Amino acid sequence: MTGSELKKPLQQAPDMPSAWRLVSTLTVVALLSGILVVLVYQYTKPIIAENKRIAIERAIFLIFPDANNALTFRIEDRRVVPVDANTTSGEIIHAVYDRSGQLLGITLEAAALGYQDEVRILYGFDPDKQCIIGFQVLKTAETPGLGSKISTDADFQANFHCLEAQVDVQHGGLRHAIRTVKHGSKQHPWEIDAISGATITSKAVGRMLNDSGQQLLPVVVDNLQLFRDAYQAETG
Amino acid sequence: MPEATRSETPMNLEIFTAGLWRENPVFVMMLGLCPTLAVTNSVINSLAMGAASIFVLVCSNALVSALRHFIPRQIRITTYIIIIATFVTMVDYIIQSISLDLYNALGAFIQLIVVNCLILGRADAYAAKNPITRTVLSALGMGLGFTFALVCLGGVRELLGAGSLLGFQIFSSNYQPWVVMLLPPGGFIVLGCWLLLFNWLKQRKTSRLIAAEEAIDHSRQIETT
Repeated sequence: MTGSELKKPLQQAPDMPSAWRLVSTLTVVALLSGILVVLVYQYTKPIIAENKRIAIERAIFLIFPDANNALTFRIEDRRVVPVDANTTSGEIIHAVYDRSGQLLGITLEAAALGYQDEVRILYGFDPDKQCIIGFQVLKTAETPGLGSKISTDADFQANFHCLEAQVDVQHGGLRHAIRTVKHGSKQHPWEIDAISGATITSKAVGRMLNDSGQQLLPVVVDNLQLFRDAYQAETG
Repeated sequence: MPEATRSETPMNLEIFTAGLWRENPVFVMMLGLCPTLAVTNSVINSLAMGAASIFVLVCSNALVSALRHFIPRQIRITTYIIIIATFVTMVDYIIQSISLDLYNALGAFIQLIVVNCLILGRADAYAAKNPITRTVLSALGMGLGFTFALVCLGGVRELLGAGSLLGFQIFSSNYQPWVVMLLPPGGFIVLGCWLLLFNWLKQRKTSRLIAAEEAIDHSRQIETT
């Protein structure tokens, strides 16, 4: 640090540019920035929507391997309304049909806070057996090797061969609340056996299924005939 | 002495390679350690984070360099942040359009590239004082050096923590994974080990240089006598 180096900032202080110059520079840069962001947004928007649609479609076919077709519905105030396949807002559900047009089941989305961040899944509901028959993770940031095991652990997946989700008599919720129990202590068909070492994520799965099931499954069960008729109407 | 020779020889390759090794942002300058520790639990995440950072670093530094005579000193940081944030938002949308799985795996860290001090640091220290070609070359080198460091960490952590590399199983199924390697402490441990290795290499190199110089001096003394 010599004297000449220390003097530099002092010498620069007087030539302060005018406020107009500062404002105009920032405006130009912000304008440039806005244009760039909007261009990229406009260009990627349809691609991102398509990616999301493909992800959901892939999940539906993994839950219902015999699926041939799926129709999109939205639950609005305890009513089921058919919507366009690209709709993303609201409680979106999909009715899944096999080759002969028989209703295989319904897929619903559920989400809860896991260990790191929100875990979002798509789960399948079989209306004949009144049970949840599988789920696919749509979004997760859980620890690889621990929380991420919810989609790979064979013992955990075995919970979902037929997880009981029977709607109660009044159709106001589930007869038995779905809950996650400690690893190795599952006694009832509506309990989920947690993964040892990934209890928080396992519990999140139980919580999101219970919340979504209590709220949406009664509506789904009430409207089963509507789902069956919708496919007939669609295919003429 | 190396400082003087570096500024006097404007060799373009030298500008590029500086960031890769001698001034590696992570192992030497210790910049941008937040993403380095956070996203390196697998090689693919490291590569994606590296690629996103290279894009933001090169584009934002190029623009800063192009506008360097136009931006008044008093508002330079504000301007740089706007420019960096623009490219980060762009890369955010681009990754979502390439792969949603990858986007979900990287989580909030894509948005956090905005505050990666490597990018702002290079904008202020290099791009604001150098012409655009030199800036782009230097940014590319720095970005690749950053990616190299991320992959160094990601490789070790994925291998020990999951027994695989790039998703391919390397160790047999009998291998008991060191889960701690995938968790935050594993990041610190592996970074510490890499820094130890790099500092040891550097120390060995300097001690050898000193030894070589001493040997030359010694032989000269013998010649003169």
